[in-house]
Parts: sequence; structure tokens; C-alpha cells
Amino acid sequence: MSDTRVNPAGGLTVQSLKANPRQARKERLIRDCLGGTALVSVLISGLIIWSLFSEAWTFMVEVDWGSVWDIGWFPRRGIYDIKTLIVASLIVTGIAMIVAGPLGLGAAIYLSEYARPGVRRTLKPILEILAGIPSVVLGFFALEWIAPNVVKTLFGGPAAGSLLAAGIGVGVLVVPLVASISEDAMKAVPMSLREASSGLGARKITTTIRVVLPAAVSGLMAAFIVAVSRALGETMVVFMAGGAAQTAVYTHDPLEGSLPLTAGMTSLARGTDSVVGEGLTFQSLFFVGLMLFVVTFALNVVADRFVHRVREQY
Amino acid sequence: MAKARLIGDRTNKMMVQAMERRATDVRGRVFQITLLVTLLISLFILGVLIVDVVVDAWGVLTGRPSGFLTGTMRSLSGDPKLGVQQALVGTFWIAVFVAVLAFPIGIGAAIWLEEYALKNRFTRFIELNIRNLAGVPSIVYGLLGLFLFVKSLGGLTGGKSIASAGITLAILVLPIVIITTQEAIRAVPQGLKEGAYGVGATKWTMIRSQVLPYAAPGIFTGTLLSMSRGIGEAAPLLLVGAVSGRLGSNPGFFDFSAINAEAFMAMPVIIVEWVQNSGRDPGFAEAAAAAIVVLLVFVILMNAAAIFLRNHFEKKRG
Repeated sequence: MSDTRVNPAGGLTVQSLKANPRQARKERLIRDCLGGTALVSVLISGLIIWSLFSEAWTFMVEVDWGSVWDIGWFPRRGIYDIKTLIVASLIVTGIAMIVAGPLGLGAAIYLSEYARPGVRRTLKPILEILAGIPSVVLGFFALEWIAPNVVKTLFGGPAAGSLLAAGIGVGVLVVPLVASISEDAMKAVPMSLREASSGLGARKITTTIRVVLPAAVSGLMAAFIVAVSRALGETMVVFMAGGAAQTAVYTHDPLEGSLPLTAGMTSLARGTDSVVGEGLTFQSLFFVGLMLFVVTFALNVVADRFVHRVREQY
Repeated sequence: MAKARLIGDRTNKMMVQAMERRATDVRGRVFQITLLVTLLISLFILGVLIVDVVVDAWGVLTGRPSGFLTGTMRSLSGDPKLGVQQALVGTFWIAVFVAVLAFPIGIGAAIWLEEYALKNRFTRFIELNIRNLAGVPSIVYGLLGLFLFVKSLGGLTGGKSIASAGITLAILVLPIVIITTQEAIRAVPQGLKEGAYGVGATKWTMIRSQVLPYAAPGIFTGTLLSMSRGIGEAAPLLLVGAVSGRLGSNPGFFDFSAINAEAFMAMPVIIVEWVQNSGRDPGFAEAAAAAIVVLLVFVILMNAAAIFLRNHFEKKRG
């Protein structure tokens, strides 16, 4: 029998329903290649964790822990005062959220509840353009415009970089993020809730504040947490407009310059030709990076939970 | 019964209130205007930003536009040969790395996740992992690049080279490519796929002939967004070691030996460099503004194209 696919008695056999073996091999090959590309992301996560831990571990084993709680961040003199960096990061993030919280939430409520479709179609893309502006550009803007025009005029601070100028710059950067996640959360609230509220005679403002916002609260929390995580990890604005060069004495005054976690890393990497060299400077970079990674990772996981809760509810 | 009457009473009271209240709802109006103002403030900031940058850049851009594009890094802002060519070449190569590495891998991973993967714990783990990668701060990718490509694999990549930088940024935008492609593929109607199976297509033929063409605009939007993110990112490049100070060599755009040469520059980094130089030489602030205009032209064009494409197809398929 030369062709097993043809049954001499007529009719079909299992053989004749089977795909062409060459075709089947090709299909399997494609599936495996695509599966391989999906595994790349797991590999990347593994490499990130491995690179952070291996160098940070050396730092943690060899460092004199007294120097990690000292007067400031002077890595080249062996003084790695981590609280200088953490406090500066917290100040910048706090200021950024004071700016971005109301601006982003207000824009989101307007776009989701009030704007007519035509208005929304013009305003939303502009907000998305703002989201696409590279952070170096906002760093320049924070230093050259926000510092002299806002920080100096309104707050009497320096016209050069300061934590306040950096914080406002980071705030502007995360406004579109807050707005877009909040708007998605409010759009996910079913129309029937709004209709029921209006049917009971509630005004638009009452419907918005008492019905839509509480119903969307998980999503709004997610927006806030993601924005905090993004603000903590933002590098260029705080590096360019944060007002500190390569070292910083501890301060908690937002009108002074200091080094948040990310700026501390950048200035260290930028300071010399190579980060390799004196003592543990290279390893301290990874120690700070590991802290940042752990905190932003935790925040992102929490935000992810909140987003899922919205999806399960509606 | 008491409860029912209470509800009735409240409804009654609300009806009376509703009929008696003034025609205009002052509180509501004030609220609406406040909301609009918050939105307009954000747009106003965007406007001020662009005007401020363009005004600062005006002298350089109108004075010697071609000289600025073909010039190189100099130590004085008044140098007539000051310009961004080295940075443009660097950013061009970074874009090539992103397109060659991140796009195929990202789109492949998205196809696998949407069309092949079983809905089991392993798939959920991969998806969670991708979402988390998208939230990792860019500077952490810089640390990865510094550790892996500059130090461990330095022999292969040339150390602090454009190859190290390009691979790092390709890794950075990979999650964005995957997530946007997944969304585009998810929007493909089930009927199209079933139709393809119905006429005897294999899985891959179905994907190639139905899923990918339908999802193409969405995938293209995602690649545009990730490309604009990639060429605007500076923090990882500073860690991977873009040069500071002077860069002697000035390779052309298609000079392949520059890929793993031990020095490179890129548009976002030259901006940082010049902003820092403006402390000792104020003229550098104008050069930085001019470089920002050049970078923004690329970034905003890509973003605008992506947003337009998305809105266009959303409306058409509504």
C-alpha cells in the first residue's frame, strides 16, 4: 500500500484526518519559538534580581554599617548615609503627589463625567502627548522654568535646583498617569449606577461625588499607588533639578538641594569615568538600586491587586 | 411598615426639594469649572514647556540649523562646530537595537500568550511578571545593563558601548511592546478566527492571515509608543556609561564599527550633559534647548501618529 491515507474500502480513516506531517512539524516549531520569546521576560526578571542581589550582597557583607546612618551621602569617602537619600526621595514623592493628585484626579473626573465627546476627543490626546514627553525634557523645564518662576517667586526658594523644583517637575510628569488610570476606573463604573442616582433626583455633582467616586475607589487607589511608585523611580528630573551635584549633606528642607535614591545612583555613575574603584562605591549603587526595586515592586503588586478588584466587581 | 414610610417620606422630601430648588445649580457649576481648570492647568503647563524650550532654542535653531545638526560635542558653547551629530548617531543605533530585538521578541511573546498559552498558573505567572517588569524603574534596567553588558559580557559588547546601551533599552521597552500587542490581539473578533479554522487553516495560517492583519494597526501603535519611550530614556544610558565631557570620534550613521566602540552619546544624554555644563557656561542652556527641540520633534511625531492611528481605528471599528 503506497498511500496510507486512502482506505481501499472507501471512507475515511484516522490517517486521512491527520495533518500533513511536514505541516504539523512546522506548526510545532512555530509554537515552540513563540513560547521561547515569552520566556525571555522571565529570564530578564531573573537577571535583574540576580544582578541586584549579587552586588548588593557584597555591599551588605563588607560595609561598615555605621557609615550607612551618618551625616550625608559621600560614597567616595565611604559614607553611605542611606537616610539622606530616603528622606529626599520621600520629600520629592510627597510634593509630586500633592501636585499630581488633584490635577490628575480633576482632569480624570472631567474627562470621564463632564466632557462632551467632541471636547474629550481634543483634550485627551493632548494629555497623552504630555505623557510621552521624555523626562530629560521635564528635568530641563523644572530647572530652567519652574525653579525661577515658581519656587523662587512663590516660595522664596533658590532659582537653581531644589527638592521642591524637582518635586513639582516629577508631579507634572505623573499627572497623565494618574489621570489615565483614574479615568479608566471611572469609565468602568456601570452606567446603570449613574442612571439610578439621577433617577432618584440626584444632581450631577452628587452622582459624581457620592456614587461614581466611591464605586471607582479601588481604581483610584491603584492610580495613586502606581503614581507613587513611578515618582520614586523617576530619575532624570530629580537628577537635573534636585539641586545637588555628587554628594549631599542630610536635609529635610524642600527648598534645599539633596539627592533622592535615583539621583544618588546617577550622580555616582556619572561622577567618574568608571564606577569601579574606591572601596564599595560600585556595590553601593546596587544596594540603593535593590532598595528602590523592592519598594516599587511591592507598590506595583499592591496596585495590581486593586486593579483586579475593580475588574471582579463590574 | 415603618421602614417603607421612611423611604416614602425621603422620596417625597427630595421631590419637593428638587422642584423648589433654583434653576441653576451653583455648587455643581463651581465643581465643573474647578475640574475643567485642573485639566487646563496640565495643558497650560505643556504649552509653557514647549514655548519655553522653543524660545530658548530659537537663537541656535534659526542661526545655524544645519551646523547644529552636523556639529559635534565641544567644550565651549560659543564654538561654531557645537552640535548633536554624535548624539543623533547614537540614538539612531539605539532605535535599531530596539526595533531588531524588542519588536520581534515582544510581538512573538504576545502571540504566544494570547493564542497558544494554556490558561494555567504558569501563564498567569508570566503575565504577572511582564506587568511587574513594566513597572520597574528605568534606572534599575540601567543597573542590569551595567552589571551584565558592561561588566560581565564586556568582551562581547565592547563595554560602555552603543551595543550595551541598545540592548538595555530594548529590554526596557519589551514589556510595553508585549502588553500593547496583547491588547491589539485580544480585540480580534472570535468569528474571524473561527472562519479561518472553518476553511481548514492551521493555527499559524490562521494567525498569519487573520489575527496579525486585523491587529496590525494596534501593534504598530504599540511599537511607535515604545520606540518613542526608548529614544527619550536617559537614566539607563547614564548608568551604562554614555560619555561625559568630550567624545573624540564622530562616526557616520552607517559606520558599523561604532556599535561596540568604547564610547557613545545619545540625544537624551547630550541634553543632560549640556544642562550641567550651563552652570559654568550659560550658553549651553540654549544648546540644550535646541537639542530638546530636535528630540521632541521625533518623540511628539511618533506619539501623535500612534494616538491618531489608535483613534482612527477605534472609530472605524467602533
